[in-house]
Amino acid sequence: MSKVVASLQEAIRLCGLKDGMSISFHHHLRNGDYVLNMVMDEVSKLGIGELTINASSLFDVHLPLITHIQNRTVTKLCTDYVSAGIGRWISQGILQEPVEFRTHGGRPSDMLLGRTPVDIAFLAVPTSDTMGNCTGKVGKSACGSLGYAFPDAMCAKKVVVITDNLVDYPLQNWSIPETYVDYVVPVEAIGNPAGIVSGTTQITRDPVGLVMADLAAQVIRYSGLLKDGFSFQTGAGGASLAAAKFLKEIMVKEKIQGSFGLGGITGYLVEMLQAGCFQTLLDVQCFDLKAVESLRTNPRHQEISSIHYASPTAKSAVVDNLDVVILGATEIDVDFNVNVHTDSSGYLMGGSGGHSDTAAGAKLAMVIAPIVRARMPIVTDHVMCVSTPGRDIDVLVTEKGIAINPAQKQLKQRLSDAGLPVMDIAQLKQMAEKVTGIPRKVPRGDRVVANVIYRDGSLLDRVYNIP
Amino acid sequence: MGQIVKKATAGTMESSDAYIEISPGEEGEGLDIQLESVVYHQFGQAIRKVAEEVLQEFSIERAKVRIVDRGALDCVLRARMETAIRRGIEEE
Repeated sequence: MSKVVASLQEAIRLCGLKDGMSISFHHHLRNGDYVLNMVMDEVSKLGIGELTINASSLFDVHLPLITHIQNRTVTKLCTDYVSAGIGRWISQGILQEPVEFRTHGGRPSDMLLGRTPVDIAFLAVPTSDTMGNCTGKVGKSACGSLGYAFPDAMCAKKVVVITDNLVDYPLQNWSIPETYVDYVVPVEAIGNPAGIVSGTTQITRDPVGLVMADLAAQVIRYSGLLKDGFSFQTGAGGASLAAAKFLKEIMVKEKIQGSFGLGGITGYLVEMLQAGCFQTLLDVQCFDLKAVESLRTNPRHQEISSIHYASPTAKSAVVDNLDVVILGATEIDVDFNVNVHTDSSGYLMGGSGGHSDTAAGAKLAMVIAPIVRARMPIVTDHVMCVSTPGRDIDVLVTEKGIAINPAQKQLKQRLSDAGLPVMDIAQLKQMAEKVTGIPRKVPRGDRVVANVIYRDGSLLDRVYNIP
Repeated sequence: MGQIVKKATAGTMESSDAYIEISPGEEGEGLDIQLESVVYHQFGQAIRKVAEEVLQEFSIERAKVRIVDRGALDCVLRARMETAIRRGIEEE
């Protein structure tokens, strides 16, 4: 027996795709992904329309989607993140129905609860056998973890695996087993390796970034959490990586043995694992080649599903045991609400990803950002969009000082006692406005273009069109 | 009165900088300032005001100015404007 079908079009036909159905995609191939466009081209040739796309993230490589939206092949989007090119179209109101933004934990949760049923999941996988046992660890398009694809495989009525490395049955060390898979389609290439993972993610050389990173590491050091058993997540931004590097130096010097590093994994987290800072890495997505290599070769580096990572309705998820997370922000307001969905002009250019999941779970959720970015003060009175509620954010670290959520009295005391530059968040706002001037309000339309759905399924905020 | 005699530029397109192009204006016309900015809505008026102030300091009444602002602070805008003007009024 074999599940291999000759073409994508045949697989789509066999799955019985019809008008109005919902199809899903995962984003491990990031801006190198060919699969979403490939599938949508076939769907559009078949003349099927009014589809919902449920994608864990959308990148600008997916801009051909705009044409499919204009042709009404696609009429609804659900995603956890969009990059700026696609975000601009959404903000200009290309879709009649608002885009549904979820979090990396909320998406699998809603799928498993049946709130967002998926008819067909299309899984881009770097290696699969003829029955659909598949993995991202090997193959010419290796992307490492397939963490975000698990709920799609588990919940969709039909599952199509698309691969550019078809191997004999049975594949060893699979990530997603054949039990979920209906069809396997071999193609020439599932993605462009240059866009899938970066060769190396680089730490910042910007002096402002380094000052922030150093302060972030000091905050962790004096938070009371940096001791044996410590767990940590950070993003792939330059300053976050620098903070990880400074943290590693502290942990090595003080011989602190942490328990796990979590999240999107970069080479810097791998170095921390190798240096003995952690017992294990729990990996929902690899950001660079070093992470892919480590996941493939080091048994202490483990792949986890997005359910296991962050689902609020799983019996437990790793974020619930996280000590510290370092997060970014396009804006943060005086109540510590964070915006990572829109830019300072209100255009969509991001999304929660795991932001609000980790902020909710972590004992210390830290935002690091420069006090001014391209003349925009980072601290505002009200963020344009609440991506993560202020109650879940504990500290803001800028190059000029750190502000602590008033609810965290003990932390404030600890950091003040350590001699760190603790100040009121309103002070940071004033400092910035002194050099930038006070920004005027940007015009906003009155049509909702996106709903931001919190990890528990409730509506957290709305994003309006830009006229 | 200051006179812009040739096309001159200053600045870069880097974030937090501004790129400025200045050239002699048309006969009989005053100041023509074209502004593009990543913070147009928030700071467009403030940027225009700085540009006009610097032009006035050099007593320039006729010029075409193109500003591509990437979120520069006033001090940066001022420096870039001044440099562009000085380059534009210099003789070969």
